[in-house]
Order: sequence, then structure tokens, then C-alpha cells
Amino acid sequence: MVGELEFERPITELKKKIAELKSFMDEKGIDLTDEITSLEERLSALQNDTYENMSAWDRVQVARHPERPTTLDYISYLFKDFIELHGDRLYGEDEAIVGGIGMFHDQPVTVIGQQRGRDTKENIRRNFGMPHPEGYRKALRLMKQAEKFSRPVICLMDTKGAFPGKSAEERGQSEAIARNLVEMAGLHVPIICIVIGEGASGGALGIGVGNHVHMLENSWYSVISPEGAASILWKDSTKAKLAAESMKITAPDLKELGIIDEMIPEVKGGAHHDPEEQAKRIEAVIQSSLEELMNLSEEELVEQRYEKYKNMGEFTFVNDSIAVK
Amino acid sequence: MLKDFFAKKKKYATIPTEKMKHDVPEGLMTKCPECKHIMYTKELKKNLLVCQSCHYHYPMSSFERIGSLVDEGSFTEYDRNMISENPLEFPGYLEKLESDRMKTKINEAVVTGDATINENPVVIAVMDSRFRMGSMGSVVGEKITRAIEQAIEKELPFIIFTASGGARMQEGILSLMQMAKTSVALKRHSDRGLLFISVMTHPTTGGVSASFASVGDYNFAEPKALIGFAGRRVIEQTIREDLPEDFQTAEFLLKHGQLDKVIPRHEMKETLTNVLKIHSGRRA
Ligand SMILES: [Zn+2]
Repeated sequence: MVGELEFERPITELKKKIAELKSFMDEKGIDLTDEITSLEERLSALQNDTYENMSAWDRVQVARHPERPTTLDYISYLFKDFIELHGDRLYGEDEAIVGGIGMFHDQPVTVIGQQRGRDTKENIRRNFGMPHPEGYRKALRLMKQAEKFSRPVICLMDTKGAFPGKSAEERGQSEAIARNLVEMAGLHVPIICIVIGEGASGGALGIGVGNHVHMLENSWYSVISPEGAASILWKDSTKAKLAAESMKITAPDLKELGIIDEMIPEVKGGAHHDPEEQAKRIEAVIQSSLEELMNLSEEELVEQRYEKYKNMGEFTFVNDSIAVK
Repeated sequence: MLKDFFAKKKKYATIPTEKMKHDVPEGLMTKCPECKHIMYTKELKKNLLVCQSCHYHYPMSSFERIGSLVDEGSFTEYDRNMISENPLEFPGYLEKLESDRMKTKINEAVVTGDATINENPVVIAVMDSRFRMGSMGSVVGEKITRAIEQAIEKELPFIIFTASGGARMQEGILSLMQMAKTSVALKRHSDRGLLFISVMTHPTTGGVSASFASVGDYNFAEPKALIGFAGRRVIEQTIREDLPEDFQTAEFLLKHGQLDKVIPRHEMKETLTNVLKIHSGRRA
């Protein structure tokens, strides 16, 4: 059974009760069909109510669910003949970012994504999905290769952040991310970015400058993790829940702010309940994005990215008399 | 026990963030926070806010910096009256902005405009760490982007002096998007064959370090400036190992191939002039 989260506990309790009644009925031969039916109706209502009224913090929990599908899971559903390609040709191979080539329907594509582990062993190998500079430089190498062969780039974003470590600083974590932002801005092929889990800060954005940016319904995307925000803003990392609610980090929030193009609805309870169905929903969005973007010329693609990002931000002007100085 | 003691002591000894609070010294005499040398404030200012004894570089305000670089009377400011809104309705944010406006006498954490440096025309942006730690929100991103657009239109070099703690938390995702916004503008500027010089000053960290600050055609820095992606404390907690004394300083970055040159403040104007001169023939 899929691991239940705290906000789902009433659902779990009710499911347990129904199961108990059923086995009691079987054992004792007493007819409890009416009671069971009524409880099942209650369960269905409770599920609808719970999953349609998820708080930002509930979504953060779903985004971090250990069984939530990862980049490689989606790749296996979405891209035929996928070949993973390794290394940045400069320093090393960073398994926190995976990338490669494959077919999306009849279209050759380059796919890049942050990759966390699906168990402790894999998490150690993949550094918990927190890339070093060589990960970002591998991503850039593959994007440039995609540009050479005129294939669109699809980026799947899922990271707690770029790795904060000594070696990462020595090898230019800042430069690696910054370089990607500038190069992605000018890439002559369509870039479609999808936040599939956690989208933390520059670490996520390092593969996140796209013509279209989408988010799964229960993913989050923010300038900083809720824990980081809480410790900076209130010097108290236990206020992460409050930070999650006030920072506007969920897909519905970012859709409203005009930061993302599409929110991709998740299957009931979250993507981990049915990865295959979730992949189909992602497939449909990639399909429609590609149809739209493949019509644009190289110059139009770059121009579209320029206008998209140029419009982000809120500011106002004051009269000279009010302004200081 | 002993190890703990040293670990604690080290934290206070290396990062000069505390000194930031000194800002521009007031009063007749000033004591250097680094070497405790006492000097006349007037002399210190005349010396470009560099300690005569140990060469500690005091933080400079945007206008002090501009004054130290550009030809007199040549600076025309852009977008001076652009101010932040409160897009996430963050409690207390507007009050904090107002208080920083009063304190610093500038409207946001960056001042932009055009000027000449020894008769070489440039568009220049200078961040100011006194305003919300120089953090980048919508206004900082927009002012820098507009300045780059002016440089594109006028076919001028773009020079930025960075001083920033990173993204502005109170504007959430909009702050993060300023990294992308300034990048699309810089890409267009670069594609026109125009020159971009980044000069990192103390401190240049987080989202500013991970965007425009690091992608100059030339990446320069002032001596001892703190430059890095992640905070030292976060790194120490993550990797649980001792960090070198000079970790994330300009000198550390130079040693690791991340900088073209560390330039003392006294040589800044001359060095920039030389770079501009070398580039000016190309487009004539
Ligand atoms: Zn001194």
C-alpha cells in the first residue's frame, strides 16, 4: 500500500473501518451491506473534500512523497528508445541530473531532468537530486547538442536545490547555473520545462528557462524551500508550514501569478497513486506545447522567451516629490 | 570540546558581515574594523573608503561608487522612481522598504544609468548592500534589465557592480524569475557583440551570484569580497567539514579559476578604462 501522509489520516482510518466491517461480515455471516455502502459513500466524499482542499503544506508533503514518480519513471513512460548520455566533458558525471535522447511520438527530443533516488542507496549515488556544477554543465552540453540537431528540449525539474558544498563552490556552482540561464535564453530550439516534484530556487531554475513552463498540481516551485524561508524570515525552521502557506509556491498560486503556463492536474491523491495515468496527462501537455512551439522560427522562439520573462515582476513608480533623494 | 571552541571562534573570525553594519563611517575619527587602525574619516573617504593601514575595503553606497568611477557630471540616472510593491502581501514588507528608503536615501537596492569613464561611454548598474542587503526583487531585476536594454539600444558596454545577499524572500517566486529576466536581456546584449563587465563586491551571494554576476565577458572582484552560491553556515551543516580560512573570498575564487582578476579599489577606474579602450576600436 502506498505510504499515507498525515493529512490523509482520516481517509486511512475510514478505509480501515470498512475493511474491518467487510471481514466481520464474512466471518460471522451477518449482513452489513447497508452500513458498508454508507461508509463507502462517506469515504468518497471525504476523499473529494480532502484532495480538493489541499493546503500548500499538504502539497509539499505529496511532492516529497518517497514513492512519487521521478524523472526516470516519467522518461520510461513518455519517450521511446531513450538513450541516457553521461558526463559534462569537463570534470565528471553528476547522477543528480540525467539526460539523453529519445522519441516523443514521432519527434526526436532531448530530455534532461533532476533525478533523486528511489531508495537510500540510490539517493546517496544521486546526492538526493542535488546537482553539482558538472550536472548543470552536462545539461548545457546536451542542450547545445539538441540545438545542433534541431530537436526540442524537455526539462523535468525536481530538486531540493543545487548542492551547497565545498566542492560545488570550488568548481563554480554559481557560474554553472548562471551560464545555463543565459544559454537557455538564446537556444534556437523549443524548451519545455515541467516541475514534477520540488522546484527549489536557482538549483531548479538552472534547467528551467523555457518557452513553456508547466507544473504538476502537487509540485512546488519557490525562491527557497519552505524550511529555508522559515529560518531566514523568522529564524525558525519549524515554521516551514507557515512559510509554505505565505510564499505562494503551489501550482495554483503560480498559475495565478502568471509564472507558469499550465497546471497539470494530478490523479486523485497525487501522482504516486497512478504514475502511468499521470504520465498520460503529462504527455498530453507536452504534445500541445510542442505543436504550438514547433511552428515558431528560431528567432521567434528566442523572442518568445524574452517577452515571457521580461513581463515577470511587479513594481510601480512614485512622483519625484514622494521619492527620496 | 576544544574543537567546538575553535569552530565557534572561526565563525566570528572569517566573515566580515558584521562590518557591513559600519557602513559609511560618520564622525571625525574612524576605527578600522579589520586592523583597529584609527584614522580621520575625511582621509578615509578621500582614500575611496579603503583603510590606509590594512587596505580593508569598506562597503560603498551606490552613489559613492559611481562618484569614484565616472567622469564628473556625466551620470544620468534611469528609473530612479521605480519602487517595489508587495505582490505576495507579505506582512511588514512595505514598512521595511520604507525604512530602508529613509535610511539609504535611495529607492531600491540598485542604481542604474549611463555615464562616461575617462570619456568612454557606458551603461552602469551599482547595487547597494545597505538596502535590504542588496537583495534582488522585481525592481532590482527590472532596473537592471532596462539598463541592459538601454545598453543594447545605444550599443554601449554594460558594467555592473554587484553587492547582494541574493534573492528577496518577500517577493518569492518573482524574485527567482528576475534571474531569468536579467539573463534573457544579457543574452541579447551579448549576441549584439557588446561588452559586459561584472565586478563583484562584498557580498555577492545566492541568486545574484548565480545569475548576472557570474557571466561577464570579464568577471572581476574587489579584494576579500565574499562571493558564493550557498551560505557558509549551510555548507558547514551539510558537509560537516572545516572550510578553508579564505573560503568564498575573491582570492579563493581566483585560485579556483572563477575570476579573471581581483582589482583593488584604487586601480578600478584605470583597469576598467583600459578594458573599455581595448574594446572601443572594434565597433568604431
Ligand atoms: Zn585596517
